[in-house]
Amino acid sequence: MAMLSFERKYRVRGGTLLGGDLFDFWVGPFYVGFFGVTAAFFAILGTLLIIWGAALGPTWNIWQISIAPPDIKYGLRFAPLAAGGLWQLITICAVGSFVSWALREVEICRKLGIGYHVPAAFGMAIFAYVSLNVIRPLLMGAWGVGFPYGIFSHLDWVSNTGYQYLSFHYNPAHMIAVSFFFATTFALSLHGGLILSAANPPRGGTVKSVEEENTYFRDAIGYSIGSLGIHRLGLFLAVSAVFFSAVCILLSGPFWTHGWPSWWGWWLNLPIWH
Amino acid sequence: MNTLTGRSDRRAGFPSVARLAVISTLAMLAACERPPVDVVQGGYRGTGMVTLINPRMDALQAPNNRVPPPLPAAPTAGPLAGSVYKNVQVLKDLNIAQFARVMVAMTQWVAPPDQSCGYCHSVANMASDQRYTKVVARRMLQMVRHINSDWKSHVGATGVTCYTCHRGHVVPQQVWFESPGESAGGGMTAANPDLYSPLATIGGSSLPYDPFTPYLLHAMPIRVNSTGALPDGNRSSIQQTETTYALMMHMSTALGVNCDYCHNTRSTPIWSTSTPKRVTAWYGIRMARELNVDYMTPLTATFPTARRGVLGDVAKIDCATCHQGIFKPLYGVSMAKDYPELEGTMTPPAPAATPAASAGSAPSGASGGATTR
Repeated sequence: MAMLSFERKYRVRGGTLLGGDLFDFWVGPFYVGFFGVTAAFFAILGTLLIIWGAALGPTWNIWQISIAPPDIKYGLRFAPLAAGGLWQLITICAVGSFVSWALREVEICRKLGIGYHVPAAFGMAIFAYVSLNVIRPLLMGAWGVGFPYGIFSHLDWVSNTGYQYLSFHYNPAHMIAVSFFFATTFALSLHGGLILSAANPPRGGTVKSVEEENTYFRDAIGYSIGSLGIHRLGLFLAVSAVFFSAVCILLSGPFWTHGWPSWWGWWLNLPIWH
Repeated sequence: MNTLTGRSDRRAGFPSVARLAVISTLAMLAACERPPVDVVQGGYRGTGMVTLINPRMDALQAPNNRVPPPLPAAPTAGPLAGSVYKNVQVLKDLNIAQFARVMVAMTQWVAPPDQSCGYCHSVANMASDQRYTKVVARRMLQMVRHINSDWKSHVGATGVTCYTCHRGHVVPQQVWFESPGESAGGGMTAANPDLYSPLATIGGSSLPYDPFTPYLLHAMPIRVNSTGALPDGNRSSIQQTETTYALMMHMSTALGVNCDYCHNTRSTPIWSTSTPKRVTAWYGIRMARELNVDYMTPLTATFPTARRGVLGDVAKIDCATCHQGIFKPLYGVSMAKDYPELEGTMTPPAPAATPAASAGSAPSGASGGATTR
């Protein structure tokens, strides 16, 4: 595996959280580390369990394969493998591999002496998954409220779970999350457009600098957040979108059992206009 | 935020963002409920077809859904009320003990305690139809017997009594009138405020607030979905769709359930993936419509103006009239089994009448089978 000439100086020893020097090596371009081993272990085991579950199921159609959680009656107990137990093991594998991956990112950050922004941001995505299939089931007292592992089936779950609350669009945290998702794509497209516009001069021209980039937005809207600030903003918008997504589903069920439209009764009943 | 001061200021920035997130989350929770909740599975595992019940809020509804103890059963032998009393038109197939039992029950279920029999009857002449309430009560008795005999497709073996709707009130607490609409403020912002009002009857959603007139009085089409992915000539409008949704919101709210109680929402129109409860609900819509058309509307002129709506129409039935927030009225406890007098099938003196027995078929005549039994 080819390595760029300057890459070698970053392949430094140390920074590991667990395992000391034992797993402190690279395979080709990939840093391994203790958590690389656990990530691979959980990912491979989880995938094989999904294939086992698919083999037990009625179809090999990739769209229709589904590994469903247990019936509600099992509560928070283990279910038989073919009746949701596989789903429980796969969930453990998923959490194990996601967290391993995040900790492997931490080790790489420590080697390089950089901040933990990337694993922190990835941690928010893990939190969203854990909210759906671990925290919310724990709060509701049954693994059966988790989503199934299947391409179509998890979409059907999303539909039905939304309709548990009549109209999910009235969920206030869902509103905030959707707004952040729109905002983060909007910010990313503005940022991407700006960089490309400065970095792609006409033939024979010179690449423009941060001066032009900042001036563009000052001319357009009177303010430029700056070349570092746009990345802070982007991280904030993206992480907030995921955070409020997790909040919106954690509210639904444990903290609200009715239609989300009726949650807004507090607003309709404000004494100003009621 | 001052971007020039660098690190310390940046450090201060993130906690304030986190604080905002925590505060807004707590604010949302303040308007919410709390765990634990009861989860009732309604479909194959993992489909998300579950109904959620907050046991603490459910307990608040218990007093309204407590069934009054049944009156002692009446002896089955005795002279028929129709031959003893004058002007008995509906309950003439009952003996006088059974007849008196129904009268006492109605007094407990419907009449104000301080008026008792006198709420409906002219006490000087019990046979008189002088008071409008007696005329209404007679028609309501016919309606109850009609429901118990001909609408088993909806009420099953549970049946209904006066109490199912009345619950001790002279007028059931949840009825509907046609609405005149609110006067619009005018201008650009007055986008049909009369049509879109977040009323509790439609779950507080911003949808057309009167789904009752088109579907529970008239028979406008409810299932406006296209049946295929490609254009198939379905000309149903957004507003028709929204009115359908408003009816669905009403049904959900009236029954205290969600959409998944009847539908697998991956495709709401498909019957084969819906739950059996959707069939019961389908009959329920037709039952409410028939009762409104055949029983309530003809009573319009009988009621005094004060009992009618703003537009002079009679009080009408929707899902909440019986259900009152519970998926099975009175939690499915059958009062009717303690009141065989209301079945309309007691001691048939002469089986002359041939009732339209096929429940759920097109409504037969307004008073046909029911009055003769």
